[in-house]
Amino acid sequence: MSEAVSKFQRNLDAGKFVITAEIGPPKGTNIAPVIEGARKHLKSGKVSAVNVTDIQTAVMRAGSMVGAKLLLDAGIEPVLQMVTRDRNRLALQSDLLSAYILGIRNVLALTGDHVTMGDHPQAMPVYDLDSVLLLQAMTNLEAGTDMGVDLKGNPNRLDGSPTFFKGACVTPCTEEVEPQIIKLEKKVEAGAQFIQTQAVYEPAAFEKFMKRIEHIDVPVLVGIVMLKTAGMAKYMNRSVPGVVVPDDIIQRLADTPKEDRQKVSIDICGELISAMKDCCRGAHLMTLGWDHCVAGIIEAAGL
Amino acid sequence: MIVAERKPMEEIVEMLAPYKKVLVLGCGGCVAVCLTGGERQAEMLASQLRILARRQDRQASFTEDCITRQCEREFFDDLNENVEDFDAVLSLACGAGVQYMSEVFPSVPILPAMNTTFLGSNVAPGKWDEYCRGCGDCVLAWTGGICPITKCSKSLINGTCGGTNNGKCEVNDEMDCGWLLIYKRLKELGRLDEYRKLRPARDHRKDRGGGVRRLILSEMTEEEEEAAQ
Repeated sequence: MSEAVSKFQRNLDAGKFVITAEIGPPKGTNIAPVIEGARKHLKSGKVSAVNVTDIQTAVMRAGSMVGAKLLLDAGIEPVLQMVTRDRNRLALQSDLLSAYILGIRNVLALTGDHVTMGDHPQAMPVYDLDSVLLLQAMTNLEAGTDMGVDLKGNPNRLDGSPTFFKGACVTPCTEEVEPQIIKLEKKVEAGAQFIQTQAVYEPAAFEKFMKRIEHIDVPVLVGIVMLKTAGMAKYMNRSVPGVVVPDDIIQRLADTPKEDRQKVSIDICGELISAMKDCCRGAHLMTLGWDHCVAGIIEAAGL
Repeated sequence: MIVAERKPMEEIVEMLAPYKKVLVLGCGGCVAVCLTGGERQAEMLASQLRILARRQDRQASFTEDCITRQCEREFFDDLNENVEDFDAVLSLACGAGVQYMSEVFPSVPILPAMNTTFLGSNVAPGKWDEYCRGCGDCVLAWTGGICPITKCSKSLINGTCGGTNNGKCEVNDEMDCGWLLIYKRLKELGRLDEYRKLRPARDHRKDRGGGVRRLILSEMTEEEEEAAQ
């Protein structure tokens, strides 16, 4: 096992059940409230690291690197999310070096939602690399080389190389899981050291998935997206690929009066984690701006 | 074949506004096969333009003609009309035809009546699908004969992304997930080992990253040179 480069990696290495949370930079320059919220609610011994999303759902906003740097300054360990949708291999590798220089160590490699899903659907989708190749690029940078070659055909050497804790994503509850698993194997082959999953609401399906990837020796953090309303749950079923919210959860949210809903949302997250915590190594909490619920979720999960 | 669709009439009328005598020239190649830019479509377009001009009380004439292909010099000999007699040519060929014609007839503006869209096939009556992006580095040998550059909306080369949704692409419910098609086909063929291989990043110089591409058959060019000497 390589020496841990971050608290997040150290906690996983130590066999702890690890919690990560997530923030999204704003559409605009007003990032202070986002960082303040993280400082207030996510700076706790129970949260190992906080992901910063990278132009999530292809809706233009401030970048993940600045969010990650501001978290670092606030004493919170970030996980820098990087999507391959918007930048080619020159920019991605350059940003990886920049991130390391800024002190960022955890990086999550993602393909990224298609540009047509967002608010600039006319933009050019880049995808020069895919998530597998982005992980491979990180592994190469760690070895002191980039993806280019010199005139003799040898890889270009770096003057100082980074070391990252490299992560990837998988969708466990999609209807055709084998192609996802093969892709996951390729991500691990390319260098992935941790996995944060897409949202899961079906503990039985997740357990089955975890059995199928027993041969993959990389810690998996189950993704928990907080459901704020029954409408949102229905929307996710309709529009988010590979995510299935069971009817009983939707019904429970629908039956709850508005003033109790946040409490029920927290309970649902806690129960999901509690049901799945024995078959994975941690949980990634995506509260969609409700940072103040994280402590409650951890408590509800009995952690 | 190259698939092209006709531009909206308003756009065509706008680009023709400065010209009084226009040759509407169909192409008997790909655009005739996809029923958008052949002889019959040239006739129809010329007739529509005449009616419109009359209705708008504009003095303009539109003459139709068609040749076998606008992307090869020899076929211009078959023109019934003399291109230089016109103020402009409205070409129903693909982008290659329009540009090649502009080189052959530099003194006459050659205007595009079409939007050239993709390399595709006629999959059902009245329906053409895109099959090839002309990326210059064909991968079909290891993708079960289904192109990920074309059929995956992100042109990914290492497998399906998280946007695959009940066999469809996140971009559009009507669009199949290209990588799921590839996975199923490779599985049928007993060749999932091809899916498992980690594929390196593509060399975009073979695609559009290296500027204008050219095909040279050296045996033929050398023969030509020898004959010239």
